[in-house]
Amino acid sequence: MLKIEDLHASVEDKSILRGINLEVKAGEVHAIMGPNGSGKSTLASVIAGKEDYEVEKGDIILDDENINELEADERAHKGVFLSFQYPVEIPGVTVTNFMKTAINETRKAKGLEEMPANEMLKMIREKSELLEIDRKFLSRSLNEGFSGGEKKRNEIFQMAMLEPKLAILDETDSGLDIDALRIVANGVNKLKSKDNATIVITHYQRLLDYIVPDYVHVLYNGRIVKSGGKELALELEAKGYDWIKEEANA
Amino acid sequence: MELKEKLLSSFLAFENQVDVEAYVHDVRTEAIKHFENHGFPSKKDEAWKYTSLNKILKEDYSVFAKDAEALEYKDVKKYFIHDIDSYKIVFVDGKYSSHLSETTHDGMDVCLMSAALTKPKYHVLIKNYFNQVAAKDESLASLNTAFSREGAFIHIPKSKLAQKPIQIIHFYTGNEAALMLQPRNLIIADENSHVQIIERHQSLTSNAVLTNSVTEIFANKRAIVDYYKVQNDEQNASLIDNTYINQKQQSNVSVHTFSFGGKLTRNNLNFYQNGERIDSTLKGVTIIGDKQHVDHNTLVHHIEPNCESHQDYKGIFGDSATGVFNGKVVVEKEAQKTNAFQANNNLLVNDKATINTKPQLEIFADDVKCSHGCTIGQLDESALFYLRSRGIPEKEARALLMYAFANNVLESVKIPELKKRINGLIADKLGVNIGFDL
Repeated sequence: MLKIEDLHASVEDKSILRGINLEVKAGEVHAIMGPNGSGKSTLASVIAGKEDYEVEKGDIILDDENINELEADERAHKGVFLSFQYPVEIPGVTVTNFMKTAINETRKAKGLEEMPANEMLKMIREKSELLEIDRKFLSRSLNEGFSGGEKKRNEIFQMAMLEPKLAILDETDSGLDIDALRIVANGVNKLKSKDNATIVITHYQRLLDYIVPDYVHVLYNGRIVKSGGKELALELEAKGYDWIKEEANA
Repeated sequence: MELKEKLLSSFLAFENQVDVEAYVHDVRTEAIKHFENHGFPSKKDEAWKYTSLNKILKEDYSVFAKDAEALEYKDVKKYFIHDIDSYKIVFVDGKYSSHLSETTHDGMDVCLMSAALTKPKYHVLIKNYFNQVAAKDESLASLNTAFSREGAFIHIPKSKLAQKPIQIIHFYTGNEAALMLQPRNLIIADENSHVQIIERHQSLTSNAVLTNSVTEIFANKRAIVDYYKVQNDEQNASLIDNTYINQKQQSNVSVHTFSFGGKLTRNNLNFYQNGERIDSTLKGVTIIGDKQHVDHNTLVHHIEPNCESHQDYKGIFGDSATGVFNGKVVVEKEAQKTNAFQANNNLLVNDKATINTKPQLEIFADDVKCSHGCTIGQLDESALFYLRSRGIPEKEARALLMYAFANNVLESVKIPELKKRINGLIADKLGVNIGFDL
């Protein structure tokens, strides 16, 4: 589904990604771990199409199509979803209206009619139940005054609504208490299917107890320096990142 | 001939045309003298530093309009809030159009200024209210006073609730190559009454029109007046709106101004609080582009204790558009416990757009809460990326953020159909159709 080949990216002339290779197949869950500043969030943003980053070299291929040159909204239309580490507060736009706009713009891009209002409401109801989201929450301004947990739940709610092919969860566990973590992880697990894939970016192993990865990659200095199964995450939890750094620097 | 000379020389002919009582005649004569002595304001006047009338005054305006052909309702229906029942006072090229209007004398007066100025039964009201709050030392208001003849006259008696909103609409047909209009409105809300008014000026052609309008509003004890100004005119239409509001104790007056169109728009909005526990609200949304110019010049004069004022103006300026906000709040020594709030937030969405914003606070009391803030910014790039990452294309994402920026001003519009209409105008102005009713 997703193939990243020799990806180099920089921001303001500072090189951050220095040759990433990664292949994610449909039905798989990949975890990307690594110390602070290793380039995890940059990788997520670059896949989603953030313009601040310059791709200097390499390809991002989604379903055999190179998406390097596509705008963020075009990538979203093709099924890429990024759950933000820091979701942006947008006063004046309610969660419901935001979702309606996002879904209908995506449908428009695919040449489909707008979703009928009753269908939309039904879907909103179902998906908000999945994330244990209160109805009142949906008429609040997007992320405005939301707690950390509410913001992350709202991200996964959006993911549930948009039904992406490739979901990238950027530090979704940060700022979550254990209950919120369970709700979020449960939501992600329920949305998993053989046709979609998930990339979980995290600093800690904790989230991976709930969202169990098929593969774990360690990012350091802009490269994937080690890959393995889920046991690699446990090893990192026990031993920290220093041994990885030493190996990589050796 | 220069416009000033033309107006002065027309004055006698105008006075001869209309039959009014001596009082109004004296007021008009006084006013034309003031205009003669001071002329049109220029950029040398502090209050006009950022707005020049030079260009629009160069047009060769007719001062008296010929009779235009009657307008068909179906052709102008879209300018009305037509999906609700309302009273309508409609003028075409400055003249009353009876077949487009729906006035009343049933329990209240929703009728014409020309009637109020001439009919004996209104003498007392005219004497008590006409030109009593409008500034006598401002030349544009004086000019309007001198030529005041037609407009809306609304009198809501004690404890009366006007069941339907009142729409005041001025159409300009383009029957003249260029026309200057001087509409004059007088609104008197007696004790405990309530009225909602929507005002619109609409040109139907690209011929030049300059409207110099004066509206006086008197809100007596505990009266509630909600006034909405819809400014979405054609590109060659300019408007100088002079509105003066006199509030008595515990009255509540709000004025919302939606400025999306026109060439040059100047809003002189003046609130005078003559009583305790008064509430005044001034809100505005300005969204303009091209070379449009919108200037909000507000004054809230806190004269007595325990009153509030809330000002919230949002502006979005594209292309080479220019905005001005000049908000003055005066708190007199006696006006203790005043709570005055003022905010002016602006988005510049093009490098060539300009906003001049100037809060002016003059506070002579020592136990008051006055806050003001103005911001000038651009759209937040991280918010844009967030929206786009959810599949919302750039244009729609920008529009959504701009709409969100202006949204809290719309929340206080109390007529749902009007709110819907304003939302539609905003979507039009932003050139989008985003998947929900804005």
